[in-house]
Amino acid sequence: MTPAHDGPPVRLDGVSKRFGSKTVLDDITFEIGKGKAFCLLGRSGTGKSVTLRHIIGLVQPDRGKVFVEGRDIAPLHGRELAGLRQHMGFLFQNAALFDSMSVGENVAFPMRRHTDWKEAEIRERAQQKLAAVGLEHDFDKMPADLSGGMKKRAGLARAMALDPAILLVDEPSAGLDPITASEIDELLLATKRGGTTIAVVTHNIPSARAIGDDFGLLHEGKLLARGSLDELDASDDPLVQAFMHSHGAG
Amino acid sequence: MPLLSTVDRAGAGVLSLLELTGAMATFGGRALVEAARPPYEPGEVIRHIYSFGYRSAPLVATAGLAIGVVLSMHTRASLERFGAEAMIPAGLAIALIRETGPLTTGLLVAGRVGAGIGAEIGAMKVSEQIDALEANAVDAFKYLAVTRILALMLVMPLLTIVMDFAGILGGYLAEAAVSGMSWRMYFERAFTFITYADLIPATVKTVVFGFLIAVSASYLGFTTSRGTEGVGEASTRSVVLGSMLIILGDVILVKVIFFFYPPVAG
Repeated sequence: MTPAHDGPPVRLDGVSKRFGSKTVLDDITFEIGKGKAFCLLGRSGTGKSVTLRHIIGLVQPDRGKVFVEGRDIAPLHGRELAGLRQHMGFLFQNAALFDSMSVGENVAFPMRRHTDWKEAEIRERAQQKLAAVGLEHDFDKMPADLSGGMKKRAGLARAMALDPAILLVDEPSAGLDPITASEIDELLLATKRGGTTIAVVTHNIPSARAIGDDFGLLHEGKLLARGSLDELDASDDPLVQAFMHSHGAG
Repeated sequence: MPLLSTVDRAGAGVLSLLELTGAMATFGGRALVEAARPPYEPGEVIRHIYSFGYRSAPLVATAGLAIGVVLSMHTRASLERFGAEAMIPAGLAIALIRETGPLTTGLLVAGRVGAGIGAEIGAMKVSEQIDALEANAVDAFKYLAVTRILALMLVMPLLTIVMDFAGILGGYLAEAAVSGMSWRMYFERAFTFITYADLIPATVKTVVFGFLIAVSASYLGFTTSRGTEGVGEASTRSVVLGSMLIILGDVILVKVIFFFYPPVAG
């Protein structure tokens, strides 16, 4: 399923992005090793979500390059881009469920579009994905009938529908109770152990500690620090210290 | 100074209009090109045909019936002066089939369907559902815009025929109430002067109306910003722009039709 590629599945090389006069990303460089989880930390509005959007090609960099499975994603269009995206899953910050479809149909949607599985198999797999996020009884509910946390979990089930090689997750535990958040962490951890490369945007340091292998701290569009969570904890940079201690690290 | 400011504003308005026209023309052209390329999304096209056509038919038929009654009353009032009551069915049928039916159908559909397309796509834009489609390796432009444009182009002539026949039926009901004319006689008189040159170009031009309505509404939906306020604006502007484009487009299309099918007296 995954394109043959020996290097890191995700690599950003000097990526910069401006929206109008505001610089959102400034010379961002990092890579994510195969089967590793990279947690992108930082305050709201520092460009974390925009970084994830670059990786899946929803936003194009003004400068620098984004490589996914070794391919520069910016020049890709049409079927080539769609082909690469079929190996990726994306959980949006607000889940972005299709509100004209039921929860189950949302999860089945990528399967219907990109596989030749039979209808019964699609339904069974969608049911399994929903069960993995604790929504096994909500297949026929409409997104409008779900709470914010349930939408988030349904969005995660949809992102994982095709067992992607690369999973991009924007604030997986936002709006969830601590027990459910912990279950989602476990699910992401199990997914990582299955060989999936994960990029997670989060404010939640305990959650990041549970999932992550590598961490980056974004501040005003710059990658302020990069390394293990212990390395970030030990950083002399006052901004890194302020973020780590204000979010309950350790 | 106030004059300069007015000129500035007028200039900015003209530039903005030109920019919108260019962007929509590009959007519509891209839709036609994409429509010819696989994947063809037949399921979505059929779903929209049902939604736009079947669910608009009662509105169009009711409006057609009422327009037929009103047109019949006006036609009678005019033709009675010349002792030409026998021409009422033909006059009404010609007016309906050549112009009133297509144009009224277009305006009704711009209101009902255009507003819906603008609001639905706009809501998907602001709630990141369009991005979610792209992230799921689906061409959102094709899936959302091209399918709706094709569906409305296919549906418009059918709705226009519904409007035409409902209008003729309304005209008959009004005429029967006044003069007791039979349906058979009314129908024969109505279609005595109608030729394919009256029916086909006028009905086929509504394909263009469908294109204009769906392109403008889809474009405004795709360019929606500013949350729910933007969605409301996209919906309203879809109706206004769609209606204006239909009326302006109709002027050009009638001229084109007259070029190929010159009106013949008698």
